[in-house]
Amino acid sequence: MNRELLELLEKNARYTTADLATMLGISADEVRAEIAKMQKEGLIRGFKTIIDWERLDSAYVSALIELKITPLPDLGFEDAAKKIMQYDEVESVYLMSGSYDLTVIVKGKTFQEVAMFVGKVLAPMNGVISTSTHFVLRRYKEMDVIMCGEKGDDRGSFWL
Amino acid sequence: MDYSKKLNSKAAALKPSGIRKFFDISEQMDNVISLGVGEPDFQTPWHIRRAGIESLEGGKTRYTANRGMEPLRKEIVKYMKRRFNLTYDPNEVVVTVGGSEAIDLAVRALVEPGDEVLIPQPSFVCYEPIVTLAGGVPVTIELKSYNNFVLTPEQLESKITSKTKALVLPYPSNPTGGIMLRQDLEKIAPIIKKHDLMVISDEIYAELTFGEDRHVSIAEIPDMWERTVIVSGFSKTYSMTGWRLGYALAPEPIISLMTKIHQFAIMSAPTTSQYAAIDALKNGDNDIKKMRNEYNARRRLVVNGFNEIGLTCFEPLGAFYAFPSIKSTGLTSEEFCEKLLYSKKVAMVPGNAFGDSGEGFVRVSYCYSVEHLKEALRRTAEFVKELKDGE
Repeated sequence: MNRELLELLEKNARYTTADLATMLGISADEVRAEIAKMQKEGLIRGFKTIIDWERLDSAYVSALIELKITPLPDLGFEDAAKKIMQYDEVESVYLMSGSYDLTVIVKGKTFQEVAMFVGKVLAPMNGVISTSTHFVLRRYKEMDVIMCGEKGDDRGSFWL
Repeated sequence: MDYSKKLNSKAAALKPSGIRKFFDISEQMDNVISLGVGEPDFQTPWHIRRAGIESLEGGKTRYTANRGMEPLRKEIVKYMKRRFNLTYDPNEVVVTVGGSEAIDLAVRALVEPGDEVLIPQPSFVCYEPIVTLAGGVPVTIELKSYNNFVLTPEQLESKITSKTKALVLPYPSNPTGGIMLRQDLEKIAPIIKKHDLMVISDEIYAELTFGEDRHVSIAEIPDMWERTVIVSGFSKTYSMTGWRLGYALAPEPIISLMTKIHQFAIMSAPTTSQYAAIDALKNGDNDIKKMRNEYNARRRLVVNGFNEIGLTCFEPLGAFYAFPSIKSTGLTSEEFCEKLLYSKKVAMVPGNAFGDSGEGFVRVSYCYSVEHLKEALRRTAEFVKELKDGE
């Protein structure tokens, strides 16, 4: 496990193998082998792109849904979580500490679409006691990336 | 009015900074990709900014003690012990407006008119003017690329006269990225002792070293503590350039005199910055590590990039600069930088801006994102290829 490699990939999954090799002071073959190994072991789960969909015309809505659930004997909340995560509309599912049990992030094209998913799919599910839907109005930061404002360098071009 | 008769002739005679011209040109151009700055691109870590803000909210808006708040000096002492194995007392610390003020204070506290101060070059541009303004005589030592810009005992000894008072020791080095290892310091220490010299050790980049060993201060070498003024600060270590906060460490009589001068010129360093600095020292070790790792990745990318282009570059193990040689192009440092700026809109600093011995080199800062660095390397490669094809 190469921690430095993971830190670079976490920052930018698009670094080329050659650049990663240079930045880490190892060979390109070693980089390829390390990444393959970490993928196989499940340490690296995937590579995605962070997109500011709101900049596109297409509608984009997401919501955080708090679910209260009756835990099943032996299975606890596992059963519900694993069923919920199967839906394409569901982006993330987390088991929570505190006053409710599962956080479900749901995305859709309109508020109504998301609300309907909650009302028709999540709420009637076995064991679900209650749902509480919170729509995301603006994303400021997503996976370490700042989503608002312009990028810029306020330093001069020369400084000794 | 004829101001030339009113202005101080010594100040007026100082050479202007060698990069003014390039700065002016690049200001006129769009889409310049600069590798020219000497300050970090990271923001000051949020918890440190927060500490500054909280001090303002708490109404901490007065002067502090002249030599700096006691809690801050105590934290500096702990930090120096923890990270560099150096032993100081809080009374052997003065908190200054950046490392630059600490250098100025050290020179003014030590140098009598006519005293010679040895300045290895290429190095930071402020040493010479500060010595001159203090009435001292700067004596430059030309460092050599084949020594990786390390100061050798022979070079040091050859410049010492009966008038030599002090040596400026600027490592890790801006602009070369060179460092001095413990064994390098052990070689020059006996000469410093033999000639009874003082040392002003500018260690502002001490946290940014990339070799196997951490930075070693000359004050840690036997018999050197008593004759060393360490200059350091928060700018490079914690990305706090704009906070203007540095410090000096030295035996008490020196610090007391430096504090006296500081008191008349400055009163006390900015209070908000001092509060932020306390937080930096207490909670910032992990930030240092994160930034250092990031610099290290960029460093490898840049050094490798220049070597591939054919602008050979020794491995810089400190600070955040590479210092590639451009001699193979047949151009002078200034010609190279000017042509590169005009034709490819890439800005670098000519090596001779840091002293005549920097001629034939350019300073490249890697305080930029990987994408930015790669684009600059791509354009520089194009430029060098076109130069060769044009021959």
